[in-house]
Amino acid sequence: MSPLNLVQNLTRPEPLLRAEHVTLAYAGEPGIVRALDDASFEVWRGDRFVLLGPSGCGKSTLLKAVGGFIAPLAGSLRLGGELIRAPGPDRIVVFQEFDQLPPWKTVKQNVMFPLLASGVKRADADTRARHWLGKVGLARFADAYPHTLSGGMKARVAIARALAMQPAMLLMDEPFAALDALTRRSMQEELQTLWDESGFTMLFVTHSIEEALVVGNRILLLSPHPGRVRAEINSHQFNLQSAGSHEFQAATQRIHALLFGAGEAEPSALQPLAVLP
Amino acid sequence: MTALREPPIRPEYVLPLRPPGAALPAPAATAPGLALASFGWLRKSAILLAIALLWEALARWFDNDLLLPGAWQTALALADGLRSGELVGYVSVSLAVLTQGFVLGVGVSFLLTWLAVSSRLGRELIDTLTSMFNPLPAIALLPLALLWFGLGQGSLLMVLVHSVVWPLTLNASAGFRAVPETLRMAGRNYGLGGLRMVLQILIPAALPSILSGLKIGWAFAWRTLIAAELVFGSTSGQGGLGWYIFQSRNELFTDKVFAGLALVILIGLVIEHLVFQTLERVTLRRWGMQR
Repeated sequence: MSPLNLVQNLTRPEPLLRAEHVTLAYAGEPGIVRALDDASFEVWRGDRFVLLGPSGCGKSTLLKAVGGFIAPLAGSLRLGGELIRAPGPDRIVVFQEFDQLPPWKTVKQNVMFPLLASGVKRADADTRARHWLGKVGLARFADAYPHTLSGGMKARVAIARALAMQPAMLLMDEPFAALDALTRRSMQEELQTLWDESGFTMLFVTHSIEEALVVGNRILLLSPHPGRVRAEINSHQFNLQSAGSHEFQAATQRIHALLFGAGEAEPSALQPLAVLP
Repeated sequence: MTALREPPIRPEYVLPLRPPGAALPAPAATAPGLALASFGWLRKSAILLAIALLWEALARWFDNDLLLPGAWQTALALADGLRSGELVGYVSVSLAVLTQGFVLGVGVSFLLTWLAVSSRLGRELIDTLTSMFNPLPAIALLPLALLWFGLGQGSLLMVLVHSVVWPLTLNASAGFRAVPETLRMAGRNYGLGGLRMVLQILIPAALPSILSGLKIGWAFAWRTLIAAELVFGSTSGQGGLGWYIFQSRNELFTDKVFAGLALVILIGLVIEHLVFQTLERVTLRRWGMQR
């Protein structure tokens, strides 16, 4: 056996994120509300892993737990084998709200902010910020203040800011939900392009079945009240171009049935889809 | 009937995309802004002038220098006082005390604000204290201040600090509590905590409230100071602007009383326009946090 093989054996692929029996709760009106019950899943390097479910399924709470903002009531979340205990710049969150960009910083200063906060030298941060602003098509707006930008442009700044950090995992909390439908579509396209170029790992929360199929390569379906894992589905075969296809429609209906419908259809619904060539 | 309910079916058409016409002529770069700004100044000056004219007319009609000197006579007294250096001395005494009191008050207020936002008990304590003391006129504490600190700067500082601390604390702590949760989470996400979080996220985000608190605090301090000087006048032989007004009344120089009042107003206007509006322009308006 050559030494090379040994090394390969040692670096056996491991999932990047491992959630084991995670139960999450938050303090709500009637006391403690169970947001997510006993969820287990794995996210691998390079995944575009989507958390999909109706409101109340705990998908955003789960994302915040991965971000380290909420500690699980039970179970464990491990990133690269390390227990997640606190927020950190290795998991940058892109929020839905537009006020995630400090209004007192220009677009470029916003992108440089987390870089500087984690000790990158100013010159390096500047170069990286310019590079990623170019990637999202905002090079011309580097010195503009956020309040002069449109919603889509603000979302782009937030994405550039997250990617410039080159985090182990990008956490996206319904990042396009506040955008209009046309802008959302072009953002989904751009995100796909960015992923093709840079190959980051992403955890993406959405309540739109179509967005989940288009954006993700694997989808964790969550049922609401309390959130429970319903299924894990592959969606790597779909993109924006296949959005109208028969397979796409079938996948949409299958997910819809899993989330909302018909308990009796369960066994057949879990059958794999028509296999693509 | 159906024709009314069903619009006619019209032919479709598709146009070739025209090149996006020439850029609109940029609105002559500085002209409109400049013009608007100068018009703003002009309008305000015109208003002031109109008030002065009205005042002058009223004074002429009333024709009693002892009770109501005219605008012109007041302006002359003001110019006279400024030229002889008499008024300058009074003003500098007042402003020196004011600055000390204001800075001291701001310092105390930031301590209290820190207490108010850092713990639940602190918050309840500060809430109670502000609701107790904010409605209490600072000047009402003057007798007590005189008892404790005697006739002198000490008692002036005490009422000044009181007049600044409560409105500023109230505004600043409300501002800190109103910082959007998303922004706080973003800060924590980048590994900010403690002092860096306060300096880089919380203070800039709460700046609109902090600035308006400073503005209110300054106005309260200025009026409290003038009132306090009216009550007990000079400290160690050196009086302030309030003392000047009081003294001039005693000597029946009513035009000097008016000159002193005009100066109080003018200093207020200058600080509001030069200090606070400039601060707002280079921060809040530029950042789109205020219109």
